[in-house]
Amino acid sequence: MNPIFRIVPAGDSALVVEFEPRIDPVVNGRAIALAEVVADARMRGVRDVVPTYRSVAVYFDPLRTDYDSLIALLERGATDAPDPQSSTTAPIRIPVCYGGEFGPDLSDVAAFASMTPADVIELHSDTEYRVFMLGFVAGFAYMGIDDDRIAMPRHATPRVRVPIGTVGVAGVQTGVYPAETPGGWRLVGRTPLKPFDADRAQPCLMKAGDRIRFYPITRQEYDAWPPAR
Amino acid sequence: MAACEVIKPGMLTTVQDAGRWGHQAHGVPVAGPMDPVSFRLANALVGNASTDAALEITLIGPELEFDDERFVAITGAAFDVRIDSWEVPMYACVPVPPGGRIRFGRRQRGARAYLAIEGGIGIAPTLGSQATHVISAMGGLQGRALKAGDRLPLGRKIAKRAPTKTLPVAPVVPLPSTHARLRVLPGPQLDLFASNALDVLQSGPYVIAHNSDRMGFRLEGPRLPHVGSADIISDATPLGVLQVPASGLPILLMADRQTTGGYPKIATLITADLAIAGQLAPGDAISFSVCTPREAMAALIAQERALRRAEGD
Repeated sequence: MNPIFRIVPAGDSALVVEFEPRIDPVVNGRAIALAEVVADARMRGVRDVVPTYRSVAVYFDPLRTDYDSLIALLERGATDAPDPQSSTTAPIRIPVCYGGEFGPDLSDVAAFASMTPADVIELHSDTEYRVFMLGFVAGFAYMGIDDDRIAMPRHATPRVRVPIGTVGVAGVQTGVYPAETPGGWRLVGRTPLKPFDADRAQPCLMKAGDRIRFYPITRQEYDAWPPAR
Repeated sequence: MAACEVIKPGMLTTVQDAGRWGHQAHGVPVAGPMDPVSFRLANALVGNASTDAALEITLIGPELEFDDERFVAITGAAFDVRIDSWEVPMYACVPVPPGGRIRFGRRQRGARAYLAIEGGIGIAPTLGSQATHVISAMGGLQGRALKAGDRLPLGRKIAKRAPTKTLPVAPVVPLPSTHARLRVLPGPQLDLFASNALDVLQSGPYVIAHNSDRMGFRLEGPRLPHVGSADIISDATPLGVLQVPASGLPILLMADRQTTGGYPKIATLITADLAIAGQLAPGDAISFSVCTPREAMAALIAQERALRRAEGD
């Protein structure tokens, strides 16, 4: 089936290609594929290409960009974007120390889901998540949850300070805080990995389209991370 | 390495270059100058590259002492400026002697001045840019605004071209009064607003609220009616876009904006008027008017021509 899309300008220096307005791995896969096509074309004047849940924003310098060629590239890319294949690479595995001081909301989430905390840990770490997009702060990955039993809404008043690496859930989403920020998500654990490090060759641990798998580690393993080989 | 020492930091003085473009897909904000035209002209006046880092000075200016002799140029918001005891003109290339002190005094108009220093700023770039994003502590001097006692490393002086202009040039974009007129193009999500929303937007004026900053200007004025929900599936948030949460009060997203957001966006500032917006401060008023894409491009081309003339190309 041909993808449904429209191209809308956002001012004179950005174009947005919008696919269907839903949170769906297939729609999101099209956005990611189109963003790759545009980035790979390295068209003169294009400054940034940003895939999100169901759209792609292209930022350009209008004085240096051939507008008609850019539109043609976007139309071709959006029409021809193949239906995303399931990724052949292995999921990224992220260790999480659940509960305790790292996951102060774990028991609340368990109560919300009428489960034991151990069941929540098993459910959260037994699921494969898709990274739909990055945003909010550098390296923050929006991951969708299929199983809505642990989809507890956000806190009414966000915490002032959530430490780096904290793993949270909010509705049908889960995510890892890459920087110390305020945050309203329900906090269930913490990873010793850094989701974002500007000095690393690949600053982001996760990118849009990646598959993610969490696995539980003990507090001792967290404190001693990385494990000796 | 030659440096300049911060005697007084001013209200919010940050290192800014043309911005950290190319990493928004990873959630990395762009930052960069609030008034890109004044920023570029300051660099040109001292013979720097147009994208070199300079200091962005906000409302209250700093006092800085230079180790070695440097040409500097100040553009943007109109301040009284002295080098040691001498009053110096803005929009000109002026020398600071070794040990000389540059002092910003009274501000007459505008919100942000740019101080370009010959050789630029000697700080290693983060993800290809020296721009400071204070909220995420990225870029600039340790990711923060300057403070008293800092020694800001300066770039190496390269005699790539001797500064040619010793007489002041005219500002390319006149500074706005406390009530500015800004032009917008409709969209990208005009269809999520009531049919009269653009008329309401143009009925203004909107006043910039006090909790406004480099991320965005929170505006107080006529409320913009949505059709349906004020939440959308999060998508990209362009520079200069007017996003409208459930309150109906728009937020004009500026240099330090997040890369994505979940509110509908009614209209977007034209690029040629970003420089005017960047000279506004809390308490100032804005009247919006809708223009056509053709007018937006004509304004941008005229601005680019004027900039190149002033740059001496």
